[in-house]
Parts: sequence; structure tokens; C-alpha cells
Amino acid sequence: MTDSDVVRLEHVWVSYNGTSALEDINLRVAEHDFLGIIGPNGGGKSTLLKVILGLIQPDKGMVTVLGNPPVKSRCSVGYVPQTSHFSLDFPVSVWDVVLMGRYGRTGLLKRYGRPDKDAAQKALMRVGMLDHAGAQIGDLSGGQQQRAFIARALVGEPRLLLLDEPTASVDSAMQTEFYELLANLKKEMSIIMVSHDIGAVSVFVDKIACLNVQLYYHGSKEITPEILEATYKCPVQLIAHGDIPHRVLREH
Amino acid sequence: MFDAFQFEFMRNALMAGLLASIACGIVGVYVVVKKIVSMSGSIAHASFGGIGLGYLLKFSPVLGAMVFALLSALTMGLVTRKTKLPEDTATGILWALGMALGVIFIGLSAGYAPDLMSYLFGNILTVPVSDIYLMMALDVVILGIVVAFYKEFLLLSFDEEFSTAVGMPVNGLYLLLLCMVALTVVVLIRVVGMILVIAMLTFPAALARQFTHDMKKMMLLAVVFGMMFTMGGLWLSYALNLASGATIILLSGLVLLLSYILTAIFKKAKPERA
Repeated sequence: MTDSDVVRLEHVWVSYNGTSALEDINLRVAEHDFLGIIGPNGGGKSTLLKVILGLIQPDKGMVTVLGNPPVKSRCSVGYVPQTSHFSLDFPVSVWDVVLMGRYGRTGLLKRYGRPDKDAAQKALMRVGMLDHAGAQIGDLSGGQQQRAFIARALVGEPRLLLLDEPTASVDSAMQTEFYELLANLKKEMSIIMVSHDIGAVSVFVDKIACLNVQLYYHGSKEITPEILEATYKCPVQLIAHGDIPHRVLREH
Repeated sequence: MFDAFQFEFMRNALMAGLLASIACGIVGVYVVVKKIVSMSGSIAHASFGGIGLGYLLKFSPVLGAMVFALLSALTMGLVTRKTKLPEDTATGILWALGMALGVIFIGLSAGYAPDLMSYLFGNILTVPVSDIYLMMALDVVILGIVVAFYKEFLLLSFDEEFSTAVGMPVNGLYLLLLCMVALTVVVLIRVVGMILVIAMLTFPAALARQFTHDMKKMMLLAVVFGMMFTMGGLWLSYALNLASGATIILLSGLVLLLSYILTAIFKKAKPERA
């Protein structure tokens, strides 16, 4: 394999109770790639991220992250889960949430030290949330929570950033700002973003893959109606709004 | 009331109340935020098997309760993490099995089981000095664990998936947390009884949550509330000649309810946040 592969999946199969969630997935993500993965709910998008994180062990196939098994590369991977998973009345401040992302660099029984706190401050500044460091996480708006969780992923200085449905709780006015942040981050790391929002994803990412148990990916940003149909198992009408550049789809 | 503290049993009662508040305040916060209230109830009730075994084999029932509580905590943790058995099913099974074992053991033990009621429903006035020392030791252990693992327990309670993703030994820490619940059950058993332990694990922490969003402050507040409840309950039970354990629980329950009602009224009066 080449050293530039940040993520490499070869013939990966995952099943739950006999039902396939992922079938024969092959994927390579290079440095500074910004890959969007779209597909229907239940198509295995979150499962794929969890395989890359080493949270799910595939039945078959090989997974490497930064040249190592996923579990060994955890220190260099930042993860932003779906925010809907949290009980947001949890008694914890934004600052403490962000520090959680330093666990991999601090370790069991050790206190967070000066480098951890500096990194937390830097990460919060980066996402424009330093003023809210003392706020309780549940008191923030959806977009602010989103940025707090991105700061938690950035604080460990990752080389790969994984985002699971990041736009689900962000209103559309905030989304542009959010994608600008990602465009900036792309200069320092590879990004894989999972979403069901085809329109938004196709504008900002560099490469698109479609996932519905099987992965349709040609290493480019082009999605053909055939691929979309195969992914969604029904004809999908692509409507190009004014704000979606036409280069998204090649003329057929 | 203050005359009462001339008596050694009253001083012991006060001490027992304070020691119980420390354990239930700190561990109770985890029980509430991690939502393991019924699991903790199961650990408490399963400890009855150990009390029965103590009577049967003529060793300290408190020691038996400790062994059974720890064993049920470990069993619960392993079963819910390593098998597909739903958590509430495991909770129910262990809860009932421990109780049933206790009843059988006590039935088998010859003759009368002294103090049985005080293990079931608590009697803060009859806590022996030896148990006070045990409570003190367990408080020190619990405090030590929480100070050492504060960062880990915060991650564990807030976001287990992320904790795993950053390489934290989640399952081991989860077992440790359940073992702390088991030790707290032992600390509380003499004060409010194993049947009412669950209330002391929940009420002070739930009340503290009404006032703060900081976990450390929440623990401190829960300890203070626990002390107020045990002291107030002790005084009420003394003045009105009621069972001490149940009085403590009723007092804390009423204060908690009142706080919820006042919060609801206050929130309604306040205009919605934009």
C-alpha cells in the first residue's frame, strides 16, 4: 500500500444478526481528501464510520487507518457523532466536553495538563466557541453544540476527521458557515462526512461515495443518476438549485 | 433535640447519617446522570441474599451484603455488556433471585433472626460502632476511586461510544462504577435499609441537579442535601416517634417533589427563551 492512504478498506463485510449492513466495501481515502458519503437511512453509513473507528469489528476484510489497525490509530482520528444521541441536560460544560477529546493523549488516571488546556482553548477558538466555554452543553443552540463537538474532535489534533450527519441539527443559514470551517480544516487533515443531505454535500466535498449496503465510489465528485438509483433503489430526480454549481453533475 | 446527643446512640446515629450522605451524594450523582437507578435498586435488593447467608452461617450480615452486592454488580455489568440479554431483564432477574435466596437462607437458619427489620428498613439509632468504622472505610475507598477516576467517569457517563473511540477501557470502568454502587449500598443499608437504599441514591442527587450543571458542585450539593435529610429525618422520627429510615426517605421525597413543583411553576412564569 502507499503511505498516502489515510483510510483503506478492502473487501469489508459487516452483518448484524445475519443481515448484511456492509457488503464488500472497498475504499481508499488519501491525505487531504474531503469525502462525502451519502445514502438512505439504514444504508450502513454510521456502521462504516464505526468500522473506521474500530468500534465495530468487520466479519471479513481488512481495515487500516494511517497504516495501522483502527484501534491503534485512535489517537489520530477525530470523531463527531450525531448530536441527537446525547441527553443534553447532562451536567457538563462545553470546556469539559472539549477536554474529553484529549483523553487519547492523556490516558488513564492522568489529569489534563497545560498542553491539554491549551489545545482545548485553541480548538474552541477555531470553531468560534471560546466565549461559550463555561456554558452547559444543553444550553447551546443546535449549531453551537455542533461546533462544540467538532472542537472535541479537533482537540486531539487528528489527521482524520469523521463526521456523522453533522448537518442534521444545524439550520440552513448556519450550514454555509459550517462548510467553510470544514474547507479550512481540509488543509490540515482528511475528512469523511456522512450525510443524507445530497444537495449540501455535493457542493462542498471533493469526492462523493454512495452507500446502501454496497459502496458506489469512483474517486470523483461525479454521481450519475444510475448510481443514485442503485443507491436509493428508486429513481431519484436531481434538481439543480441555483446555489448548486453545475459541475456537480456532468451532462449526460 | 440537643439533649438527645448526650446519648452515645444519638451520636452514632449522627455519624452514620453523615457518612451515609457522603457515599450516597457522590455515587448518587453517577447513578442519576448515567441512568442506572433501577440497576442500583437491583444491586441493593440482591444484597439481601448475603444478609440471609450471614444469618445462616453465623457471620456478619453486613459482610454478606457487601459480598453479594459486589457479586451482583459484577454479574450485572458482565451480563449487560457481554450478552444480548436486555438490561431491564437482567435487572429484574438479579433483583428477585437475591431476595429469594435471602428468604430461603433466613428460613433455613435456626430460630430468630435478630435485627432483620433494621437491615430491611434501616434503623439509624441502632448502628453499631463497628459498622460506623466500616462505613468510614468504605467512604474513603469511594472518595479515593472518584478522585482518581473523575475524568474517566465523566467521559463514561456522558458519551460511552466516544469514550471507546478515544481508547478508554469503557467496560472495566463501567464495572468499577457498579462496584462503587455496591459499596454505597453497604454504607446505606444500616441507615435506611436495603429496600429504601435506592431512594437515598436518587433523591439527593436529583435535587442537586435542580440547582447546578457542574458535576463536582452537584456532588457537593448532594452530600449536603443528604446530610440535611438524614439529620432532619432523624429529628422528625425522634420528635414524632416514627421509623427513622422511612422518615428520612419521606422527608427527602417531599422536598424533591416540592422542588420539582416550584421549578415547574417558576419556569411557566418565566418567558420562553428566544
